[in-house]
Amino acid sequence: MEKTPNQKAWFLVLPVLILVAFSAVVPLMTVVNYAVQDSFGNNVFFWEGLGWFEQVLTSDRVHAALGRQLAFSAIILAIQIPLGVAIALCMPKRGVWASVCLVLMALPLLIPWNVVGTIWQILGRTDIGLVGHTLAGLGIDWNYARNPVHAWITVVVMDVWHWTSLVALLAYAGLQSIPQAYYQAARIDQASRWKVFRYIELPKMQGVLLIAILLRFMDSFMIYTEPFVVTGGGPGSATSFLSIDLVRMALGQFDLGPAAAFSIMYFLVILLVSWVFYTVMTNLDRAEGK
Amino acid sequence: MAGITLDNLAHSYVAQPRGPEDYALQELNHEWEDGAAYALLGASGCGKSTLLNIISGLLQPSRGRILFDGRDVTHLPTAERNIAQVFQFPVVYDTMTVRDNLAFPLRNRGHDEAHVAARVQEVARMIGMQDMLGRKARGLTADAKQKISLGRGMVRQDVNALLFDEPLTVIDPHMKWELRTQLKKLHHDFGHTMIYVTHDQTEALTFADKVVVMHEGRVVQIGTPQELFETPAHTFVGYFIGSPGMNLLPAEITGDRAVVGGMPVPLGHAYGPVAGRVAIGIRPEFSRLSDEGGLPVIVRRIEDVGRHKIIRADLLGHDISMIANEDEVIGPDMTRVVFDPAHINVYADDWRVAPRAHNGKAA
Repeated sequence: MEKTPNQKAWFLVLPVLILVAFSAVVPLMTVVNYAVQDSFGNNVFFWEGLGWFEQVLTSDRVHAALGRQLAFSAIILAIQIPLGVAIALCMPKRGVWASVCLVLMALPLLIPWNVVGTIWQILGRTDIGLVGHTLAGLGIDWNYARNPVHAWITVVVMDVWHWTSLVALLAYAGLQSIPQAYYQAARIDQASRWKVFRYIELPKMQGVLLIAILLRFMDSFMIYTEPFVVTGGGPGSATSFLSIDLVRMALGQFDLGPAAAFSIMYFLVILLVSWVFYTVMTNLDRAEGK
Repeated sequence: MAGITLDNLAHSYVAQPRGPEDYALQELNHEWEDGAAYALLGASGCGKSTLLNIISGLLQPSRGRILFDGRDVTHLPTAERNIAQVFQFPVVYDTMTVRDNLAFPLRNRGHDEAHVAARVQEVARMIGMQDMLGRKARGLTADAKQKISLGRGMVRQDVNALLFDEPLTVIDPHMKWELRTQLKKLHHDFGHTMIYVTHDQTEALTFADKVVVMHEGRVVQIGTPQELFETPAHTFVGYFIGSPGMNLLPAEITGDRAVVGGMPVPLGHAYGPVAGRVAIGIRPEFSRLSDEGGLPVIVRRIEDVGRHKIIRADLLGHDISMIANEDEVIGPDMTRVVFDPAHINVYADDWRVAPRAHNGKAA
């Protein structure tokens, strides 16, 4: 069939372009605007070039926050992924109890971030908090507001409590999709429980686990509300993760230039990580479908 | 390898079965010969997979015993029964190579590596996958995966029986034929006791020495393909095996003559008194459209299936089918159907009635 060149179809894309422009591009550009300029107020701006980026990249304070951030993400991944898988393996496969478990597991996920923070802030208090009081009763001088180790433990336990369910539910869905014949074949092959996990369950969960790791990494890498409510980033800057530090820089000190440069690099890091994950996952799918 | 005995076996998925209708598998006594190939044939939900899972030990029967070579294995777990099973969907361990897949059952049982390697080579040759041993099992075609699961079963030398649960369901049609031929050859060469569950009559009839036809949780007939075709023991067998199935006409029987709608039909054998719901069964292959004799029919339609024609007709309100040769001319005056007396079977309440011996003289 003869095709006549016709460019009118581009107009059909226009509404989306306008929407994306106002929802993403314009706000992002204002950040870029701040990142390359300096201002002393009165809407007077001076060209700064890549100065702010350089300053942020060489700042010890940002390095320390990044280090804390990576440590935090690594710790919660190292706890939540195996724990979530273990919980999923223990959950009943069918029946009433399966539904009960699912609802119970989903509960923490439904609680707003700042409420979670508040819950754990109160739980950790030695005067009225259940956990804090118990620990104090055991002779431990528990104080998450003054002791950095205690602060870290509180924040990590809080995140584990809040988000392990997500990993467990994803892993559970992965387990449920394994046909019964695999388990029967394994019994006939006399495979041990460990081998069933290693050669059947783990490979079949691979896809959902990658998604779980991606989601948990991104979420923990961007965490703000919960530690802010519990510790406010303290004591000192012991629990000041990237977001908390960023907000402190932008709104606390009103260093808009460095904060904007910081934001852009933060955004690029997350974009990069997502892209890597996306590539790995699509490659896996391709290998699967071959 | 072993002979398998089913002794008063019955199974219900209900904890407290109250009547026969609660049983997925009705009481069953049967001896499966060592080294024979059996097919379990029946419609979906007839209990054939239940029976297979009881034999493999994945399911505990509610009643009765199961014996391998006289040894009671009813309560033995699957692993100790030394059976192999190939499932409907190919089960392979995706992350392992083909070699490791085949070696898996032996390694789990603690065989030494030299023996494992030798067996894997041998089985790979049997299933024709020598040149694929180094490949990852993930990404292989469905028929290759199904061959691997078959190979995992055969790698153990002491395996009592090979069980197949509709193994060709997900295989492409042209590969089905090849795999079935290969199975048949393996059975011929190595003589494993094989039990093959299917709802496809062609698969059952070409694969098995003996076909076990199941209907509503009951074994209705066990026999060679020829027996099933010529003397179906139950109307279900007549209807399920053959294409189209057997014609069934309500009749009264007196001696060597049946009366259908007031008209006589000669039978090949004489029968004693037959009670209950009585019918005669005749296969379309032995029903011929004619212009004289027999019973009156109204031809509804003729299906040309290439090799022969299938004539669908109405006989006194009953649907019947006839098979005519490709080159046979069907004229407008052909309004009668003639049955071959030797191939008419008599049924009372759906079960076949045996004729009296010596063609008419009382036995």
